Amino acid sequence: MSVLLLFIDAIFVHNILLSRFLGCCPFLGVSTKSDTAKGMGVAVIFVTVLAAVVTWLVYNMVLVPLHLEYLYTLSFILVIAALVQFVELALKKINPVLYKSLGIFLPLITTNCAVLGVAVINMKEHPDSLLEASVNALGASIGFLLAIILMAGIRERIERNTNIPRCLHGLPIALVTAGLMSIAFMGFSGIIK
Amino acid sequence: MITFAGMAYPVAVLGALGLAFGALLAFASIKFFVAVDDRVAKIRELLPGANCGGCGYPGCDGYADGVVNSGAKTNLCAAGGPSLASGIASIMGVEGEAAVPMRVFLKCKGSPDFSVRNAEYIGVRDCRSAAIVPGGSPNSCPFGCIGFGTCAKVCVFGALSIVNGLVRVNPNKCVGCGTCAATCPKSVLKLIPRSSEIQVSCNSNWRGPDVKRVCSAGCIGCGICVKACQAGAITLSANLASIDGTKCTNCGACAAKCPAKCIGSAAPEEMRKSA
Repeated sequence: MSVLLLFIDAIFVHNILLSRFLGCCPFLGVSTKSDTAKGMGVAVIFVTVLAAVVTWLVYNMVLVPLHLEYLYTLSFILVIAALVQFVELALKKINPVLYKSLGIFLPLITTNCAVLGVAVINMKEHPDSLLEASVNALGASIGFLLAIILMAGIRERIERNTNIPRCLHGLPIALVTAGLMSIAFMGFSGIIK
Repeated sequence: MITFAGMAYPVAVLGALGLAFGALLAFASIKFFVAVDDRVAKIRELLPGANCGGCGYPGCDGYADGVVNSGAKTNLCAAGGPSLASGIASIMGVEGEAAVPMRVFLKCKGSPDFSVRNAEYIGVRDCRSAAIVPGGSPNSCPFGCIGFGTCAKVCVFGALSIVNGLVRVNPNKCVGCGTCAATCPKSVLKLIPRSSEIQVSCNSNWRGPDVKRVCSAGCIGCGICVKACQAGAITLSANLASIDGTKCTNCGACAAKCPAKCIGSAAPEEMRKSA
């Protein structure tokens, strides 16, 4: 699969949220306003790509040579948590503007399953190429941004619609919406063979 | 079979990884150390934490940062009142400016008892939506309270409720942040000093006869109250009387003379007793 196809595949066909169902908690939790959704999405792009590169290196340079592949979950979590902390410290000093705009989302992502999920998918599907792994991470996180911004836009409109039965207000209607969006994204499944 | 070596080996590798990352973080925390002003945290602790945005900053964190780093005034938090303002001033080591405690007041009496309804509105039950339909309001008076409670929805202090088609302000809960007044598409909510007891309950700029046609409780712009006021607190502009709460002495002379009976006590009956 060419790199470009892989990129498109990661955004639309295997969308991390709507097709792989990873990272659903921020998808529902941080999608009530499109501004915050945008902040979250950008922070996820930032962390996922960095984490994918570092976890790929740790897996292929440390765990594989030492025959400790089964420790990947533990070491990936360690790597991601340390990396996010490090990036936060460094950003605060080097680029306070970016640090402010990412704000609270950066530490929140430490335990985001989308970030870990991308690292694990890379390990299983792209073990040979760091380029493929990072392109997949970039595509997956852009797919996350796309999905969460779409969701926030829809939820902002739902918020003002009073035709929704009371029992469905808030999270229930968001879950129904997420399901419908997921079905809509299934339409992309045939575009890449 | 589990051997000691078989267990020690992965533990050692993971331990080494953890140690490496720990060292990296320790190094980073020294290398990238940024001095944080501890006054920000102290002020943030004092603030109520409702994040109402009444001060003009994005939430309480933003205001605490603004006071320390961009010279914001110490008395902007309406929810905290004067005691908070002096607390912030003492942290910052400056002379505090006294804050006039405010609250919000509805300049409308046009409940269905007084004002005729023009049309039945079946769209989204939100004042901001209702205000953009032709006519400007489902009520016959386009200046008055629509009564769908958009202000009550945005109030984080739970001070507003809808009673008989009008917003009712609970002065004991209202902190005067002004979020509702900024949200109201009719600008019918007004911030008044807490000490103000007499206000004009009308928002209409129409001439007297036109007001009478749609509402029996509206200000007709006759100007009798302006003459009756000894303190010079009442002004008449665009057919509407307005009382300046900072000048008003609460004598009630205007309320006694008002032919339309739209000047009166600013707080609902039961609220005055408990306040």
